[in-house]
Amino acid sequence: MKQHEQLFTPRRTARKITGVVFYALFLSAVVLSIAGLLTLVIQVLIEGVPWLSWHFLTNYPSRHAEEAGILAAMTGTVYLMVLTAALTIPLAIGAAIYLEEFAPKNWFTTIIEINISNLAGVPSIVYGLLGIALFVSWMNLGRSLLAGSMTLALLILPIVILASREAIRAVPDTYRQAAYALGATQWQVVRGVVLPSSLPGILTGVILAMSRAIGEAAPVIAISALVYLTFVPGSPLDRFTVLPIQIFNWISRPGDDFRGIAAAGIIVLLVILLSMNAVAIYLRNRFQTRSEE
Amino acid sequence: MAEVAEIAINVKNLNVWYGSFQALKDINLEVEKNQVTALIGPSGCGKSTLLRCFNRMNELIPGARVGGQVMFAGTNLYDASVDPTEIRSRIGMVFQKPNPFPKSIYQNVAFGLKVNGYQGNVDEAVERSLRRAALWEEVKDRLGTSAFKLSGGQQQRLCIARALAVEPEIVLMDEPASALDPIATLAIEDLIRELAPEVTIIIVTHNMQQAARVSDYTAFLMVSEERSGYLVEYGPTSQIFTNPKEERTEAYITGRFS
Amino acid sequence: MSIASNTPSAFRRTGRRRAAFQEKLVKRIFFLCALVSVLTTLGILGTLLNEAIKFFLDVPVWSFLTGTQWSPLFSPPYQSFGVLPLVAGTLLITTVAAAVALPVGLATAIFLSEYAPERVRKTIKPILEVLAGIPTVVYGFFALTFVTPMLQKVLPELLVFNALSAGLVMGLMIVPMVSSLSEDAMLAVPRSLREAAYALGATRIQVSLRVVVPAALSGIVAAFILALSRAIGETMLVTIAAGATPKLTLNPMESIQTMTAYIVQVSLGEAVHGSLEFRTIFAVGFLLFIMTLVMNVLGYFVVRRWREKY
Ligand SMILES: Nc1ncnc2c1ncn2[C@@H]1O[C@H](COP(=O)(O)OP(=O)(O)O)[C@@H](O)[C@H]1O
Ligand SMILES: [Mg+2]
Repeated sequence: MKQHEQLFTPRRTARKITGVVFYALFLSAVVLSIAGLLTLVIQVLIEGVPWLSWHFLTNYPSRHAEEAGILAAMTGTVYLMVLTAALTIPLAIGAAIYLEEFAPKNWFTTIIEINISNLAGVPSIVYGLLGIALFVSWMNLGRSLLAGSMTLALLILPIVILASREAIRAVPDTYRQAAYALGATQWQVVRGVVLPSSLPGILTGVILAMSRAIGEAAPVIAISALVYLTFVPGSPLDRFTVLPIQIFNWISRPGDDFRGIAAAGIIVLLVILLSMNAVAIYLRNRFQTRSEE
Repeated sequence: MAEVAEIAINVKNLNVWYGSFQALKDINLEVEKNQVTALIGPSGCGKSTLLRCFNRMNELIPGARVGGQVMFAGTNLYDASVDPTEIRSRIGMVFQKPNPFPKSIYQNVAFGLKVNGYQGNVDEAVERSLRRAALWEEVKDRLGTSAFKLSGGQQQRLCIARALAVEPEIVLMDEPASALDPIATLAIEDLIRELAPEVTIIIVTHNMQQAARVSDYTAFLMVSEERSGYLVEYGPTSQIFTNPKEERTEAYITGRFS
Repeated sequence: MSIASNTPSAFRRTGRRRAAFQEKLVKRIFFLCALVSVLTTLGILGTLLNEAIKFFLDVPVWSFLTGTQWSPLFSPPYQSFGVLPLVAGTLLITTVAAAVALPVGLATAIFLSEYAPERVRKTIKPILEVLAGIPTVVYGFFALTFVTPMLQKVLPELLVFNALSAGLVMGLMIVPMVSSLSEDAMLAVPRSLREAAYALGATRIQVSLRVVVPAALSGIVAAFILALSRAIGETMLVTIAAGATPKLTLNPMESIQTMTAYIVQVSLGEAVHGSLEFRTIFAVGFLLFIMTLVMNVLGYFVVRRWREKY
């Protein structure tokens, strides 16, 4: 045993110190991220809150910061989101149902699956290029709300498909078997059993994807360009602007005042985002407690 | 052999809880040095829990609490001043399923040496440990290949070599052969007998024959109505198996209940 | 079913035939929905290639890829189509971001998977998710109006638009991606490996760094690759904070332009379809697409290798 003690020198004190040092490092990494987030939020609040007013929410942009409002961008965002959702939801649910319930196990299905996960990694600005070439020019939709929403729909499609597939997969097989035992066809099972029980999960995925889309500026800017709009779009073929683009526009202008209204715009955007996430979390929790019952 | 029985581990009034559930109740046990002690009993009676008290592995489980004393080399393992890493380098462990690291055979054995700042020749220590685990001849030409390439029985012997490399005074084994085929099981049992004169071995097993074959002492545990484990009987294996004092022990050994 | 002979059989049969037809139709429709994703990829490739090829008829691929001067919007004698300055700008920002995000993200992942009790983990993860969900224009605002002025107090020669603060903030932005993917990889390392190491007398830090991280290495590397690919494609943050001066430089204090920011710059001006200017953004976009694709495929294969291990 003497020899044992000579051969092993675990240096327990040194190891303990190393452990504490690394723990401190790991912890400070976490603290750094959280501090970054806090600083960002506080900075935005300090700059933006003084500029928030009813006037700001109900007026069009202006060359004068104190008169500028966010109405065109807000309505543009709402319209764009509604159109995008209307385009995305049926496509995504259809694709998810196909892949989960109908698709044969063959190479083509594998290609579709790999393709979907790869699309999620394509930079959003590339979707913007697709949109200009395909929707704006080739389909001749112009720099319109419709072209913008079609572009965004393609962008979030992979995300919604993945979320929908998970929701569909979460439906217990016993439900399906019960329906088949009653003599239902596959489509009847999907429509009557699978869809209703996976709907909350799908909805959650849709909302989370929409909250990603709402903040996207790059692909939308490629479609809409930096327009100065003093009207609310009246048809899907009208030109439009959205919150992140309006914010970008204000950030790009010189002067502290425009920085202030940019921050005010950011607050509006973040509030919308937070409420959407709250709804998604609420839905998810309700859904989870339900299925546990 | 029982003349100057040295005590390797002395358990006094040991109680273990997982949250509010008491897994072990009032265990008292003296484990003799350089002998093989088997822990037997029905599944869920706390054999693994007891074994993990000997090297303070239970504290890695959130919510686990230990009360009472485990005396080892004159100190209570659960004293505030005791460093669990020191305990674990002196009391090794082999697990139910072979769990080699996703590294080479050599790296697996050398791991404990590096972690504990081994000053000697690592190559020699690796060879020595592999020889003691009766694995050297089978792997000496491919020390650099992944441990996952070995068969289950070889992997378990590698895990034994890995534990032996740190030169522990005690080796704890939790059903080390339960995941292996009969031939690999026999190899492990032979190995345990060969190691016994130099190290204390405490082995959990659910296999009565195995306990009878490899152990010098046997402790029999059972569960109370509250599902807490307690010690029924403890003594030389020959006595426990041929002439148990407790009727419950006999019933269990003869297979009248599991 | 056919035993039920007392039902009017004619009705049953047409009903069943209609059902079978409906079944087929519905399946076809769903298949088309799934096909949209494949068509999207083909569409991206097609449009990018179509415009890029027209561009390369005017500008040789080689001079595009190796040219060190990017001034496509100038008139002819000064016009130049060497994309390297944009690539260098992109890589410069990505490097700065990586220098922040890889260590911080990995350390966060180790903290969450090896140190933090469940309750702490459940508090920190949503906070990181918020960080990942903030729109990139907001990060751009933060970089330009807060980080740059702060840095300028220490580095007076720092320009208003610079690669440094854009890269630092981008690092903050992709930390959650690095940490959550790395944490997933580390959580997939079996408990039994940690126990084996503890049982040999290893300390927590030794278990983390010598067992868990190496065992999860391919997952961690994949996380790094995917996060960097994200950084390469990130657009608004760099457009806002890094500047619009294509420059072949390694100095992060300078104002630069990334590939993505160039595309936005041209888009803002409502480039006319068919002009050479319009085509440049497709050529740059095509290169960007290839770069991120290569990284994503690389990440995919690294993950695949890691999955096979356990
Ligand atoms: N990590 C744990 N958390 C909670 N309860 C546990 C844990 N591990 C074991 N138990 C409980 O403690 C009792 C003893 O378990 P164990 O020591 O594994 O028994 P054995 O090894 O004899 O089969 C069992 O009732 C088991 O359910
Ligand atoms: Mg057990």
